[in-house]
Amino acid sequence: MSQVKFTKDHEWVRLEGDIATVGITDYAQVQLGDVVFVEVPDAGLKVVQGGDAAVVESVKAASEVYAPVSGEITEGNAALGDNPALVNEAPEGDGWFFKMSLSEPHELDDLMDEAGYAAYLKELG
Amino acid sequence: MRYLPLNQHDRQDMLAKIGVGSIDDLFVDVPQAARLKEPVALPKHASEMNVERHLTSLAAQNTAASSVPFFVGGGAYKHHVPASVDYIIQRSEFLTSYTPYQPEITQGTLQYLFEFQTQVAELTGMEVANASMYDGSTSAGEAVLMAHRVTRRSKAIISGRLHPHYRGVIENLSEMGGFELDCVPITVAGEEDLGGKIDDQTSCVVVQYPDFFGSVNDFTALAQTAHDHGALLIVVFTEAVALGLLKAPGDMGADIVVGEGQSIGNGLNFGGPYVGLFATRQKFLRQMPGRLCGETVDQDGQRGYVLTLSTREQHIRRDKATSNICTNSGLCALAFTIHMTLLGGTGLAQLATLNHERMLMLVEKLGPNLAPVNETFFNEVTVRLPRPAKEVVEALAARGVLGGIDVSRLCPDVGLENYLLIAATETVTEADLDAFALGLQEVLS
Repeated sequence: MSQVKFTKDHEWVRLEGDIATVGITDYAQVQLGDVVFVEVPDAGLKVVQGGDAAVVESVKAASEVYAPVSGEITEGNAALGDNPALVNEAPEGDGWFFKMSLSEPHELDDLMDEAGYAAYLKELG
Repeated sequence: MRYLPLNQHDRQDMLAKIGVGSIDDLFVDVPQAARLKEPVALPKHASEMNVERHLTSLAAQNTAASSVPFFVGGGAYKHHVPASVDYIIQRSEFLTSYTPYQPEITQGTLQYLFEFQTQVAELTGMEVANASMYDGSTSAGEAVLMAHRVTRRSKAIISGRLHPHYRGVIENLSEMGGFELDCVPITVAGEEDLGGKIDDQTSCVVVQYPDFFGSVNDFTALAQTAHDHGALLIVVFTEAVALGLLKAPGDMGADIVVGEGQSIGNGLNFGGPYVGLFATRQKFLRQMPGRLCGETVDQDGQRGYVLTLSTREQHIRRDKATSNICTNSGLCALAFTIHMTLLGGTGLAQLATLNHERMLMLVEKLGPNLAPVNETFFNEVTVRLPRPAKEVVEALAARGVLGGIDVSRLCPDVGLENYLLIAATETVTEADLDAFALGLQEVLS
């Protein structure tokens, strides 16, 4: 049973087995507007919770995507290189950014669940 | 708006806030010897006429490059700049709007920058070029930093035949950034084993073409070795005219090609301002520093120009930017573009041929005793003299000939005191060649 968690920086993370998939939320892609470029990390890169992991550029802004948990990148989504618009079309599906293994699985407990994230968005207005 | 100058109290407040004791503490990175200990001793005032008279007498002490037989190169080359170049760059539409603050309404500026980029890309044999950097040396420094970003490594190998000033800039940037440098010892000619130094930690190899001592080498094999190890090849040039005749670095497999554009359209200008050229592969575009101009169409389908990919730059990307350069060498780049346009591809090749011919004539006049140490050359050679080059350069200057550069002035303490670096461009006449050959003969006899 997979479970999706969310960060305050609008990343989502879904753990399946030992591997977590990470992307940005629908709210984030709406805020960014048309995504024109995505830089995803290479497999093997070690990341820490809250540290830089990827870059997303839209017609409006360039932003960092942070690692929601600590661990090691196992795969970057190569499809985004040719088609960054996937982030707009399916932010929580084919528009995922990277997959990673977790070194500190308990960090997931710090993140929001779906209801918590919905409440957080409401707070932001 | 009121303007209130700072008082001592304000200064102390600011120093306390950032945690330094005195203003001098902010300059600790500047070597002691280069710091001003007391105000420059200038007379209080003088009349405009007297100042002009005094400065004219000071200027008269210089030997101007255009007034004597001139054979100095070493990174700055005296070429003919057509009068039309100066005329066009001084038109107010170009001169007063040197930087496109509101890009979309400065279509003329953007168009020439786009043409400049196209010319640089063609000249270097690369796919993309930016709208210029400050000069060749800072382009080289930025190229190394870019290679580190692309490869996610931090060690650069620097050829011993890279211009020492360029190496100095790379050293400065590397020291401040905490990056590793492997500087190959300086040798004038012969085999330089750079490929053997490349390992899986190497980010890039930096070579010069033609090199500081004048040799022209093909780096195709070196590019292959670098790529086999996941490293990049950076080719640097100081004499852009050479690329009008020589194989393009892009055709050798170079990943980044940078250099000095002064040779085309720009005078010696006492060493600056100059114009840095920067070109790379399309796939590295996002990691390229500097301003970039692009061609597009407007809503009516008409051709137009824009500043593009600005998200790489500091004003948008802040500390994550590819570089802290926020501008370009606009006017010098314009002069480059105009001269290149006037020359065209054929004209540039002819200009380059003229340069090489002049140097061939000089080599013949110097004779076998002063044959170049380098086996290949374009318009610059290194010769070994029987006496220290410093004395020879000074004795020639006393005879009214500026006869090249004492190599040990730029490369001290490596046993090159007797080596003289000589350049000959299209501006050198047959009489100049004779004056130089004769002067050298007299000085050395």
